Amino acid sequence: MSGLTKKLIAIAGASVFVGSTAVAADLTVVSWGGAYTKSQVEAYHKPWMAKTGKTIVSEDYGGGIAEIKAQVESGNVTWDVVDVELSDAIRACDEGLLEPIDHSTLPPAPDGTPATEDFLPGTLHDCAVANIVWSSVYAYDSSKVRNWNAPKTMADFFDTKAFPGKRGMRKSPKVTMEFALIADGVPTSEVYDVLGTEEGIARAFAKLDTIKEDVVWWEAGAQPPQLLADGEVVFSTAWNGRVFNAKNAEGQPFEMVWDGQIYDLDLFVIPKGSKNKEAALDFVAFSTATEQLAAQASWISYGPARASSEARIGTFHSDSSIKMADHMPTAAANFKNALQNDFEFWADNADQLNERFNAWLAK
Amino acid sequence: MAKLPPYTSTGEYIWHYIYRGICGLIFLFLILPILIVLPLSFNVEPYFSFTSGMLNFDPKAFSLRWYEDIFRNGMASPDTPFGWSWLSDTWNNGQWIRAIRNSFFIGVCATLLSTALGTLAAIGLSRSEMPYRRLIMSILISPMIVPLVITAAGMFFFYSKIHLSQTYLGVIMAHAVLGTPFVIITVTATLVGFDKSLVRASQSLGAGALTTFRKVQMPLIIPGVISGGLFAFITSFDEVVAVLFLASPEQRTIPRQMWSGIREQISPTILAVATLLVILSIILLTVLELLRRRSERLRGITNS
Amino acid sequence: MTDSQTVTSGAITAADGTPLKKKLAQALFRSRVRAVSLVVPLFAFVMASFVIPIFALMWQGVYNDRFSTYTPNLTEQLTAWDGLAEPGEALFAALVSDLKTARKDRTIGRIATRVNQEYPGTRSLFTSTARKAKKLRAPFKESVIKTNKKWANIEIWRAMKLTSQDLTPSFYATALDGRYTVDKGFVAQNENRQIYVKLFWRTLLISASVMGLCLLLGYPVAYLLATLPLRTSNLLMIMVLLPFWTSLLVRTTAWIAILQSQGVINDLMVAVGITADDSRFSLIYNMTGTIIAMTHILLPFMILPLYSVMKTIPPSYMRAARSLGATPTAAFIRVYAPQTIPGIGAGGLLVFILAIGYYITPALVGGQDGQLISNMIAYHMQKSLNWSLAAALGGILLAGVLLLYWIYDRVIGIDNMKLG
Repeated sequence: MSGLTKKLIAIAGASVFVGSTAVAADLTVVSWGGAYTKSQVEAYHKPWMAKTGKTIVSEDYGGGIAEIKAQVESGNVTWDVVDVELSDAIRACDEGLLEPIDHSTLPPAPDGTPATEDFLPGTLHDCAVANIVWSSVYAYDSSKVRNWNAPKTMADFFDTKAFPGKRGMRKSPKVTMEFALIADGVPTSEVYDVLGTEEGIARAFAKLDTIKEDVVWWEAGAQPPQLLADGEVVFSTAWNGRVFNAKNAEGQPFEMVWDGQIYDLDLFVIPKGSKNKEAALDFVAFSTATEQLAAQASWISYGPARASSEARIGTFHSDSSIKMADHMPTAAANFKNALQNDFEFWADNADQLNERFNAWLAK
Repeated sequence: MAKLPPYTSTGEYIWHYIYRGICGLIFLFLILPILIVLPLSFNVEPYFSFTSGMLNFDPKAFSLRWYEDIFRNGMASPDTPFGWSWLSDTWNNGQWIRAIRNSFFIGVCATLLSTALGTLAAIGLSRSEMPYRRLIMSILISPMIVPLVITAAGMFFFYSKIHLSQTYLGVIMAHAVLGTPFVIITVTATLVGFDKSLVRASQSLGAGALTTFRKVQMPLIIPGVISGGLFAFITSFDEVVAVLFLASPEQRTIPRQMWSGIREQISPTILAVATLLVILSIILLTVLELLRRRSERLRGITNS
Repeated sequence: MTDSQTVTSGAITAADGTPLKKKLAQALFRSRVRAVSLVVPLFAFVMASFVIPIFALMWQGVYNDRFSTYTPNLTEQLTAWDGLAEPGEALFAALVSDLKTARKDRTIGRIATRVNQEYPGTRSLFTSTARKAKKLRAPFKESVIKTNKKWANIEIWRAMKLTSQDLTPSFYATALDGRYTVDKGFVAQNENRQIYVKLFWRTLLISASVMGLCLLLGYPVAYLLATLPLRTSNLLMIMVLLPFWTSLLVRTTAWIAILQSQGVINDLMVAVGITADDSRFSLIYNMTGTIIAMTHILLPFMILPLYSVMKTIPPSYMRAARSLGATPTAAFIRVYAPQTIPGIGAGGLLVFILAIGYYITPALVGGQDGQLISNMIAYHMQKSLNWSLAAALGGILLAGVLLLYWIYDRVIGIDNMKLG
């Protein structure tokens, strides 16, 4: 008996040692995982680590401000830099969960233009600095769709007669409801006005009703390419960069439809009370410099948030025949019928529409 | 039941075999999902299904690549040749390796805590002098009954306030609470059949309370304590809800890692980990069975 | 016992001369203290790390001081206001002064979020007015309404009055698909936002189905195990215990591998020719998947109590019934089955209690119509951040579970709970 007790104590002692040797990093940077995080690691993390000699631990998360809020309010902040969507950045900033970022510390463009003028309009905020413009589009598996019958418009995504097969959609009213209205014929400039009315909401749900039986709902950005590759769905809404990478880095037969795309920003924020605030500020300033933003664009097809970076966008890192500029959400050919996500609309209505969306799902 | 009695009618014969068949199917339902994971984890393709090569037992269709991936995933430089630096890289940076280390660390600490406290409490509760026995027992068992989401949410708020969330201590405490009901139940069960006259005999022979406990009671309840401890360990080892709410990425455990794997990028690496966990549960089950036999032998209950 | 001693009090003394009654009382007290002191450490631990946190959570379901903390002046004015008359200058002045402070302290988001929970669509009204608050001059009523005419809407003020009360029934009202209003008390929620009552019903329905399936599958197996010779039944018992000991996530993963549309079962069906390649069955990411996986996970909890009851039933009863002329079916139904009712009760209740609070499996394989109330609680905890609503939903669920637990304890007794 006592032998066993001794062994147990020995195991416990050993594992105490094991536990205490957990990784200690100089900076914890949190982002969305998959191909996107990889592009950031290559373009931001590695050069920053080489420059400063400090280490970065990269973590994945699924969006939202719940973790930031929990960390700040419990006073135990373990995240130093977080990549968030615009509406979340604004909300977290309003709630006092983020450190303010002084825009004058951001490096100017190579030609001397100050950062405040170099960044695209609407990309700099009190507590957040944008790094990319990304877009929600839909993609399809071209090996399962005959060429003469390829979908071209948002309305085609909702047309299950002409384009049979399962569809993947994000399990969230945001973007999903806008897509429904665009497909129903609402011009992109009026989408949010319509969605602000009771009839508009009913109209969006009615349109979604027509495909509800065929929808597979996804929650994480890595899922849509996976669902398409596994044959679970033939069409899926997705983030454009993920589809681009699945196609060009993994050779998947996916095609994107840009019509009715909804673009949004991803921004860097620093949770209030970060233990490495100085390093975090330095990392954000470094990463959003012209050079780094342009470098990231060669890893994934998300548009840089600085005007001066656009001219420097090169070719895909593993295939120099692909000009990245053509695959950006903001490229002229792709931008013909585009809608910017209205963060204020969603800040006001997210709670209500989430509830209604969940009620609709459960019907 | 093995041999049917002579008065069995033909209809009963038929029913007897149909019944056996139904039971066989139910057993298959119970065991098949676990067994199906094993071969699939050796699939050379990144799919969750049997390829034709696998069905033909083509050795090329099988590989250990997903087991390798357990070590490689998260390494700073996965392509370095095997050696000391490779080992230290996977030990420090491997995501699954980190999860495995965390799971064992948290599991062992939580088990020690819940076994120690639970055993003492079970001994106290099994005494007839204990006041409000039933009420206290039901409070102590309740962590097993209360929905985990509620438990985890409550702990999330409360532990946040006292700066315990996102720490190892917080997760260990949560898991210890969830494990104690199992310790209480198993230890109480060994005490139910306990012959009180043994204590009196020991005392009449001049042993003090402590000696009696150590020499007489302890050997009898130790199998119950260990099997309760195993239950507590597996509870912690398998727990994911409290970890979801309370842990930071630093405290990520195996189930937490599987959870995000299943939700995001479902790769056969998860099946490889699952296979290892099935093997672990087979080992634990064997230990438990041996303990049960030993306990029955000690208490003079003989099999069959 | 002590009563009978009283009759002959004074007569009997212990060796040291103290009355036996006193001595006995002392001894009893001592052993009671010993028993209690063994239990106290765990009791204190469970209280501190489990019971109190849950009480604290439940408290949040009825108490929310987000609004009043950050708007002291406005709260004072709102308390004085009856909620019926048009809001006057004093209210507007208090609003402006609090918005100014909130803007400076970066707490405006917290205020706006809280009011938005009560009155959707007002978040930006607060944040945008707060941005302009510094420039507003008296008379405030006029200037505030000039910046945004929504402020003239009395419903917004009523919503603020509600949120200014720290102790509030409105989260429980929401959790029951209702709304609490200043002027009309409780009213039903707008029909297309009603979801929670339906979810509670669905949770009960799925739990009951899982319980029924577990009984259907568990009963024959438990009977077989109880009637086979011990050596064989021990061997078969491994098939019950191995799943029981295997990680929940492993089993859920296994079901995904088996049931998904490119999974084992669908591949088999296509290979055999039951279904075409492009019309594979949807067996997972819906209610079917949830029920199958949950039944598998909870089945051992049904088999084990049934088995332990059935093992105590002597086989001679059935033989006696047969010899008295009963058919096998009649003997089983009238003699054997009634004796297994305690096992059915124990297993059924345990499965139901565990099923009703399930979270992980539905979240992973539930899709859209296989979600349970726990998933909604987690959603409000982690996504919408409406923690008070999560607490209210949790409070209702917890009350239901505790009621079942109480019944279980009354009828079966928790001492009789057995594992393995």
